[in-house]
Amino acid sequence: MSTQLIMAILALGFIVVFQIAKASEYVAVLKGEKKSFEQNNKINGFLLLAFLVLGLIGVYWCNELLKGKILGEAASDHGEKVDAMLHITLILTGIVFFITQILLFWFSFKYQYSEKRKAYYFPHNNTLELIWTVVPAITLFILVGFGLVYWSRITGDAPANANIVEITGKQFGWIYRYPGKDKVFGKKYYKNINEGKNNQLGLLWDDKAAQDDIVSNEALYMVVNKPIKLVINSRDVVHDVGLVHFRMKMDAVPGTPTTMWFTPKFTTEEMKKKTGREDFEYEISCDQMCGKGHYSMKGIVKVVTAAEYALWLAKQKPNYQQVMADQAPAATPAAAVDTVKATAAAATHSATNN
Amino acid sequence: MSHEASLHREVVTTHEVHHDEHHGHHHQETFITKYVFSQDHKMIAKQFLITGIIWAIIGGLFSVLFRLQLGYPDQSFPILEDILGSKWAAGGKIQPEFYYALVTMHGTVLVFFVLTAGLSGTFANLLIPLQVGARDMASPLMNMLSYWFFFIASIVMIASLFVQTGPASGGWTAYPPLSALGDASEGSKTGMDLWLVAMALFVVSQLLAGLNYISTILNLRTKGMAMTRLPLTIWALFFTAVLGVLSFPVLFSGFILLLFDRHAGTSFYLSDIFLASTQKALPNEGGSAILYQHLFWFLGHPEVYIILLPAMGMVSEILTTNARKPIFGYMAMVGSMFAIAILAFLVWAHHMFVTGMNPFLGSVFVLLTLLIAVPSAIKVFNWLTTLWRGNLRFTPGMLFAIGFVSFFISGGLTGIFVGNSTIDIHLHDTMFVIAHFHIVMGVASFFGMFAGVYHWFPKMYGRYMNNTLAYIHFWITLIGAYLIFWPMHYEGLAGMPRRYLDVSGWVSFNQFSGLNRFISIVSIIVFAVQLLFVFNFFYSIFKGRRVRTQNPWGSNTLEWTTPINPGHGNWEGEIPEVHRWAYDYGKDGRDFIPQTEPVGKNESSH
Ligand code: HEM
Ligand SMILES: [Cu+2]
Ligand SMILES: [Cu+2]
Repeated sequence: MSTQLIMAILALGFIVVFQIAKASEYVAVLKGEKKSFEQNNKINGFLLLAFLVLGLIGVYWCNELLKGKILGEAASDHGEKVDAMLHITLILTGIVFFITQILLFWFSFKYQYSEKRKAYYFPHNNTLELIWTVVPAITLFILVGFGLVYWSRITGDAPANANIVEITGKQFGWIYRYPGKDKVFGKKYYKNINEGKNNQLGLLWDDKAAQDDIVSNEALYMVVNKPIKLVINSRDVVHDVGLVHFRMKMDAVPGTPTTMWFTPKFTTEEMKKKTGREDFEYEISCDQMCGKGHYSMKGIVKVVTAAEYALWLAKQKPNYQQVMADQAPAATPAAAVDTVKATAAAATHSATNN
Repeated sequence: MSHEASLHREVVTTHEVHHDEHHGHHHQETFITKYVFSQDHKMIAKQFLITGIIWAIIGGLFSVLFRLQLGYPDQSFPILEDILGSKWAAGGKIQPEFYYALVTMHGTVLVFFVLTAGLSGTFANLLIPLQVGARDMASPLMNMLSYWFFFIASIVMIASLFVQTGPASGGWTAYPPLSALGDASEGSKTGMDLWLVAMALFVVSQLLAGLNYISTILNLRTKGMAMTRLPLTIWALFFTAVLGVLSFPVLFSGFILLLFDRHAGTSFYLSDIFLASTQKALPNEGGSAILYQHLFWFLGHPEVYIILLPAMGMVSEILTTNARKPIFGYMAMVGSMFAIAILAFLVWAHHMFVTGMNPFLGSVFVLLTLLIAVPSAIKVFNWLTTLWRGNLRFTPGMLFAIGFVSFFISGGLTGIFVGNSTIDIHLHDTMFVIAHFHIVMGVASFFGMFAGVYHWFPKMYGRYMNNTLAYIHFWITLIGAYLIFWPMHYEGLAGMPRRYLDVSGWVSFNQFSGLNRFISIVSIIVFAVQLLFVFNFFYSIFKGRRVRTQNPWGSNTLEWTTPINPGHGNWEGEIPEVHRWAYDYGKDGRDFIPQTEPVGKNESSH
């Protein structure tokens, strides 16, 4: 109903605007082409100036309105570098923005047509052109310089004492793997993946190193002020580990592991206080289009103190032990009912497909 | 005369016919040869333009639909279910698969079908022969084929909207493995095949067109039209064509490999994949998903300049004409376009900083990427200087040209953010990137296109468009586009990812639901105003005020030496000879001196 109403109003608006436009065209013809041109020119010249002034006010006002909604302080050491670079760039480009936009609209207003003025024949000037080649070039080299220094630090090797956690994306969720007591990740092979048998990463149980690996879908735990290195994988399509508060991001590519490292500065609890939000969580957002569940592919990072981490770790059961426990009581694997269903459905599905 | 006769034998015949009859009408032209399978570059230009307009309406409508979802994620619109059916809009709510299909089609349609085919197709066809002084393209037949390949591509793309599993939905970039595996996404089934076929046909169309543009510009210039006397529009269209001819084949190869992976069991892009939907591991090993991204962006980045350069060229032309003053720094303008064209091939991996690419390689791409900002800056300063001390006439074309410069500045500057890999870690794939490229490519190029349409409409149809409607169109679009895309940067700075259809489930991003609603409302208004333009366009074709003088804007370029309604062959007599560059406005106290006028004895040189 309301849609029809809106349509009707729109149509009416169209007709009114069109009639006005047609009428003004006739008026212009009556008034004479020159006169109506001059009038239009004045109005548009004035509007260009008004746009400049209101636009600048709008830029300021928009900033006032929204600056509180973008992120607060970066929650990692690398994030600080990103923010620093962002600020340098913002200042330099901000200056250029204001100068050029003001010149553009000011010139437009100032040099609008007047019968008295003669346009100035000014086809080129080498000095000027040299200036505005060299100055931007220097500015950009400054930006590149800062950028590359930060970039090389952020992408450099992780410190030796970093905790290493593996994170694997799948449609549509995240799987975390901790190396266990031996600090070594066991071997895995994707053809070994079997969700029915509680092996979502395809770990090879023959490998001793795999037997103490902890696999979880709950959250990615890290210790505050301790470097953490993520080894990033994907099980199906390209995903991306996006960590907005840490200002970090890295794609998860099937077949090609990637890495990132940083040092978290605040625990989740501290962030709750800092942001004043009880529901605060460090969220992992998938930043690469991965299918229909992309927008809801969320993971959680828990930044905790070293003591809390040790406590949490002690409670975790390696994947291998879970599998053994599953297999022991019954002959059939005690897989979750819905997974079995999914498997069955998928099987018929692929059968019809082929 | 002999020079052109040798190059253009058949067309010269038609022009002799013109001599005998008095009007520019082709011998025994039927409706079909005149309007449908026309080989006249001017008619082909109109075909591209009108097809482009239709596509723009479709693509724009898609964005209205998905902005509705973004602005009102928890509201339902029963009318959507009535129109779209219960699969795509169950209960009046847009389903995720459909949302992604809309986004994908929106991007594909606007980038390729509107801003590439619609923009270059229209203005390269219209302006190249007219401004270099040729009777038609080097190969009018290839030119006609180029349109018809585009047309078939359009049909296939439209058809893909109607298949049961829906159109492609993996984004306009169509990254595999998502786009390679039907089991990973509904849209990667038949819809994706049709998408690939349509795009392949599109590439064919672009190559036919591009080769033709290049050879026309190089070989069919009239007497006296040295390359250094070409209007900047032609230079821009020339570089555009070169970019397209060199990069589209790479995209094509990427698509072919993708088709192989989809249907022939190859593993170019596939490796180590286990699909949850089927609970099966795929046999493919050893492929690289990143390879596709390299192939895609090797076109993808030049493509953004393929879209932008024609707009730059037209804006240069329109700014000078209406400033009554020469373009400032003609050679620098050509040089910077040349630099942009070269650099455009050397920066593609800046779309891939966080794919796990070697960080050192990333550094090289940072350097090259930010280098592109130098020629861009030169262009901006030259445009500003062109306005300085001019005598500006604010025709609708001129206003859109000024708007173009404003958007190019705004969007170019945000390029410096994302071009710096350190910042791009945070901003990649967020709404900031959406804001960046919509402003610098989407809006700016649309402004260039509008400027071109308003400016050359009199040449195309012998009538003017309605000024008042044009002014309303300009002002609301200018203000609206900034209102839509300026605040979007803030969402991106907060890290809000792109391609999220509902952020209410995210603690980190749900503070923007109010802003999202605001943006959606403005975009619907702006869309409605574009319909006003469409109306004005079609209405004016039939009912617009007639053009009564040959050169209504007082321009120097050759297209205004043709009759008001030029026939096939463009000039009735001989093709005029050119004696000077195109920018003698306000020289020696004269308002303008057309290119056809010989240099006077006492004329000052520049
Ligand atoms: C100063 C010049 C520019 C620089 C330094 C620059 C840099 C970049 C970078 C680094 C990205 C990737 C961002 C990301 O995905 O994280 C990007 C995205 C993009 N840029 Fe620019 N850009 C510039 C100008 C332009 C121009 C002139 C256009 C178009 C005419 C353009 C169109 C695009 C498009 C379409 C995308 C996004 C593609 C996608 O991911 O869907 N850029 N730009
Ligand atoms: Cu995703
Ligand atoms: Cu690019």
